[in-house]
Amino acid sequence: MEEKNKSSRRKFLKLGLISGATALAGNTIINNLISDQDGSGVKIKVLTPDGQMVEVDAEHLNKYPEAHITPEESRKGIPNRKFVMVIDLARCNNARVCVEACQKAHNLDYHQEFMKIQLIQDHKQANPYWFPKPCFHCDEPSCVKVCPTGATFKRDDNIVLVDTTRCIGCKFCITSCPYSARIFNWGHREVYDRKDVKYSPETSVPGTEGTVLKCDFCPDMLRQGELPHCVRSCPMGVLYFGDILEDLVTNGEETVQFSKLINERGGYRYLERLGAEPNVYYLPPVEKQFPLEGGLDKEDEIIERYKNVPYIQELKKQGKI
Amino acid sequence: MDKANRQRELVREFSPTIEKYSILLKVWIGILIAIILVGFYAFYLQVTKGHEITGMRDNVVWGIYIINFIFFVGISYSGAFISGVLHYYKSPWKNAISRIIEIMTVLSLVIGPVFILLCIGRLDRLHYLFLYPRIQSPITWDIIAIMTDLIGCFIFLYLTFIPDMAVLRDSQDLNVPNWQKKVYKFLAFGYQDTPEQRKTIHKLVRSMSIMIIMLALMAYSVLAWIFSLTIQPGWNSTIFAPYFIIAGLYSGVGVIIILMFLIREIFNLKHYIRKIHFFASGIILLILSILFGYFTFTDYFAKWFSHKPDDINLLNTLFNNYFWEFIFANYIGVIVPVIILLYRKFRTPLGVTIAAVISVLGLWLNRYLIVVPTLETPFIPIQDTRPEFLYYTATWVEYALSFTGIAAFCLFFTLLIKFVPVIPIQGIIENEEEAELSITEPNNLQ
Repeated sequence: MEEKNKSSRRKFLKLGLISGATALAGNTIINNLISDQDGSGVKIKVLTPDGQMVEVDAEHLNKYPEAHITPEESRKGIPNRKFVMVIDLARCNNARVCVEACQKAHNLDYHQEFMKIQLIQDHKQANPYWFPKPCFHCDEPSCVKVCPTGATFKRDDNIVLVDTTRCIGCKFCITSCPYSARIFNWGHREVYDRKDVKYSPETSVPGTEGTVLKCDFCPDMLRQGELPHCVRSCPMGVLYFGDILEDLVTNGEETVQFSKLINERGGYRYLERLGAEPNVYYLPPVEKQFPLEGGLDKEDEIIERYKNVPYIQELKKQGKI
Repeated sequence: MDKANRQRELVREFSPTIEKYSILLKVWIGILIAIILVGFYAFYLQVTKGHEITGMRDNVVWGIYIINFIFFVGISYSGAFISGVLHYYKSPWKNAISRIIEIMTVLSLVIGPVFILLCIGRLDRLHYLFLYPRIQSPITWDIIAIMTDLIGCFIFLYLTFIPDMAVLRDSQDLNVPNWQKKVYKFLAFGYQDTPEQRKTIHKLVRSMSIMIIMLALMAYSVLAWIFSLTIQPGWNSTIFAPYFIIAGLYSGVGVIIILMFLIREIFNLKHYIRKIHFFASGIILLILSILFGYFTFTDYFAKWFSHKPDDINLLNTLFNNYFWEFIFANYIGVIVPVIILLYRKFRTPLGVTIAAVISVLGLWLNRYLIVVPTLETPFIPIQDTRPEFLYYTATWVEYALSFTGIAAFCLFFTLLIKFVPVIPIQGIIENEEEAELSITEPNNLQ
């Protein structure tokens, strides 16, 4: 059964995401490829941005996803996709691998986190749980509503991106986001001067001083038929990623039906009452697979972050940490 | 009475303030310029080293720059409202203080928005606001509102300057440099004080009065919406626009009283700015402080009683981390002025001015408590170990630039009243003419 799931999962990724990638690659690239005579001879049909079917050589398909997506092109979104993430709180044990993978991929510093791991204790009686928090890529994004220059935008494929070549750094989006998903580039870093990569809102690299940045759901990876860095790296299979239109999500290990997963396991969206309509769903932390303490086996700085959680205070009082 | 003679007399009376630069004045201007230079250095550092040298961080992304912005624009709004009302109703004692209020209105509206610029991460991209405007954004509304308000207030200020420019242009014995005379001539715009011209200018000033009241009302409501249209606890309040309007009036009247007091003492104008001015503005301040206290109480009372968890978190931040600030801003800043102003015997120039100083300081702090604690208390608790990310503390750069704003206000004010009489000469003449008329025609007394 699991084997079957795995293979169907691969199919979904390849067929599904590649057609999306080509459609967004831009006319110029497709034209170049059509004129290019070297190739395997195997032709594949793809959609251009204006909806036309074009035949290109299969060997060149892999070059597509790495093509540079300009800020203008990045506004459109991958066609016929509605990306969604499901986070299984029962599995997270604060391994922080997702955080580090994300930071590495986006050239972030130790303290710059697109994915934050919070320790949440809903009330005094409740057991605390680890709570990975990316950007929720809301359908009613307060950040997009208030942006005065359209530097942050909502795409058709559910993704909310920031174009740091357009951002003036007014920080209004940071103050209006109820989920604290956004951070600001307060000063200059050496990695911002990287010349080897061309900036694209889809990669958020290289960063720019004085602008806003946040989790981007890694559209560059999605175009290559890959999962976002956090999902790929999580050793516990906490993070599921997929497409609401296909009703499928995967954590890389298993592919499951999104609606079934949400309905059978009591999936919910965080702070639903705020009306932001997030596209990140949580599965409640019931029947947890790891004890919470496992996540506390970290350097002091990490543990110190959670000092205000009553449970941690209790542990400290007992002298356990 | 001969108009020309009286004009000459008045020009002679006010000419010392225009002609001479005493040592004290030079020292004063020197100090102001020194403060501004420090501010420029701080600004240079902020531009070259980035916003890292401010106290703002990922959670508290708006600090005292935004607070100063709200504060200055509030003063301007208040000035526009009051001078608009004064010109619309023919109040006899308005003339002595109208110019002070008008200059304050324009200057604070020029300085206020500069603080927004200081808060912006990419000043070099400011023109993107016009290149890629999004009309849906409250910031775009604010830019439109403030620019319109600024233009309106400039026109209004200029209209009230014209008659005095003509008076100064015609004063042969005024000892000022030639260029200054040329400027007077240019700005007087051919005004000769004919009955027709006088009528026209009165009409213009009066219609502009209504306009700037409306403009200021809109500009300040939009500013309140920047906060109240978000869903953050403490900001998302339906009463924010009227609350800001009342608070703006409150601080503005406070600043007007302080300016009145200083100008009266420094230039010895007790003959013009009389006790009645302080008495009356004391009563206005009293009403406003009660209203402001009422609005503040309603806002916090509903939050406390309804006990929504997010509001309670905010109140916890306020009472745990900002206890004394809260007490000063919302108790002392309201109750002490009310007590001072409630008693007739305290409604002296000094008493009213002390009440005004307390209310202005309290109000600035009130703005601080609106902006910062909300940002320190987001929906999802901040879990961080870096103290500057948990709590906001303004750095010397931010304070230096804040004082630069105040210094620039004082400097421009000083220079402007070196250029035009601080009390409209033409207004004095017109008032006297009217008084004469009402004596010769007893019917007018009714």
